[in-house]
Amino acid sequence: MGETIIEKIIRHNTGKAVKPGDIVTVNVDRVMIHDIFIPFVADKFEEMGFQKLWDPDKVVLIYDHLVPASQQDDTRHFHVGDAFAAKYGMKNVHRSDGICHQLMTEAGYVKPGNIVFGTDSHTTTYGCVGAFSSGIGYTEMASILGTGTMWIKVPETIKVVIDGELPENVMSKDIILRLIGDLRADGATYRALEFSGSTIENMSVASRMTMANMAIEAGAKCALFTPDEKTAAYCETELDEFQKSLVGDEDAVYMKTMTYKAEDFVPVMACPSQVDKIRDVSELQGETIDQVFIGSCTNGRLEDLMAAAEVLKGKKVADFVKLIVTPASRKIYRQAIELGILDTLAEAGAIITHPGCGLCCGRTGGILTDGEKVVATNNRNFLGRMGTSKVQIYLASPKTAAACAIAGKIVMPE
Amino acid sequence: MDKGTIFKFHNDLDTDQIIASQYLLLPNLDEMKSHTFESLDPDFSKKVKPGDFVVGGENFGCGSSREQAPGVLKALGVKAVIAKSFARIFFRNAINIGLPAIVCKDLPDDVKTGDTMELHMSEGTAVANGKTYSCTKLPEYMQNILNQGGLIASLNREEE
Repeated sequence: MGETIIEKIIRHNTGKAVKPGDIVTVNVDRVMIHDIFIPFVADKFEEMGFQKLWDPDKVVLIYDHLVPASQQDDTRHFHVGDAFAAKYGMKNVHRSDGICHQLMTEAGYVKPGNIVFGTDSHTTTYGCVGAFSSGIGYTEMASILGTGTMWIKVPETIKVVIDGELPENVMSKDIILRLIGDLRADGATYRALEFSGSTIENMSVASRMTMANMAIEAGAKCALFTPDEKTAAYCETELDEFQKSLVGDEDAVYMKTMTYKAEDFVPVMACPSQVDKIRDVSELQGETIDQVFIGSCTNGRLEDLMAAAEVLKGKKVADFVKLIVTPASRKIYRQAIELGILDTLAEAGAIITHPGCGLCCGRTGGILTDGEKVVATNNRNFLGRMGTSKVQIYLASPKTAAACAIAGKIVMPE
Repeated sequence: MDKGTIFKFHNDLDTDQIIASQYLLLPNLDEMKSHTFESLDPDFSKKVKPGDFVVGGENFGCGSSREQAPGVLKALGVKAVIAKSFARIFFRNAINIGLPAIVCKDLPDDVKTGDTMELHMSEGTAVANGKTYSCTKLPEYMQNILNQGGLIASLNREEE
């Protein structure tokens, strides 16, 4: 019988064919820990009595949520992380290079077909290159650090097929938001999402990343894209036979299949305060806003900044709106400088910040207060996410966000 | 048998509502726990007593991977979380720290905050307002982790 992508990855990892519902122990290829949770992981690791890491080279520590520190106590997390890395011989430590989910693929830590866990729910992002990656808590992370293994239940797969050409003003963000709206916030819980179709094939790795990043917002355990030439170029690798085989078989068993025509997609937003509360932008037009945020591990990549710059070129941000732009990594930041993108954005009136998670996780760099409204390209609009619990967050694509920044209200991107 | 008071919450309750991001930098769960459910009920941590139950709807604990979400509930003495369904990461985290996360399809719609509930873990049933509800049993693998008091105890047991 045929296999889905996740079944192939687990079979390759464990050496045994699997079916949904099986509980198996997998060998972990890489793990990611970020600055918020490193003190808790370190505590649990020692409490478990481990003397050494199973493989220091497979552990990546990234400081991003607290960089640069906005509160005096934040630096404690860096000191704990540095001490842990030194004690156990970890070399893969990034102290200010960018957001964890951008760096894991950008810096080459994740390859197609890998099994990766991270102490962050948006670890699903690495499915963009055909890796099985998922978020876990700090106790479980400490256990992997000691054993190199993790137990998982093999998930059922939901197949999503999208064919055709997207309208000019639609980005992959609009696709994933629509899908989350259709599935609802728990529609893919415990399940793998598997994407295919000509629209997906024609999409950049960066666009796939946006979609894999947000799979968790429908509850998914992981999101998988078939590795192709673009994936190989992005990962600076040549695909081996196993990696090339990571496509859902025709006779694989899917829990269900959802089929879309690319031409039917329109710009959408997730309205306060649930990610599955999706409305067409055309229905929301006219709502005045206080701030726009373009960035995050969801939409802080070069193509996102470029899309925003195209909209903002020669225009001005509305004078009562703060437009905050946060590239996802230092590499992207530098590329955007080189291409003149940051200059275009700054000329239009954008505030450009260092790469990091600050505003998206509500810690620094543009926190809002009661009654304020923000259009943002990140992945969550929960109550209290970007300031007080009375801030209204509308999630949108970079094109839509940029158009709203100019208008000072919700408008359609052209 | 465990008996306690119910604190009832809505569908799609996210981990930011259980414990908000800004408190994750506090040094330990004991300092964090007074902020549990703060945006929904600022006095929750004062009202809840050891042995009480949190009851949710569908998709309880969605959102971030923060283990502090089940962590603060356990630190406050919450005996178990009962919901129609759980988000994946919250569910694993809860079992790993030894906090029972129990799926019960019918009970949540019938109860409100302040009701008394009895939980019979070994039989897989809960009783509230004179009615008995059956709960879904955990997979054996997870039941073992829970029975041993969580993942750390379970790992230590394996070493022995």
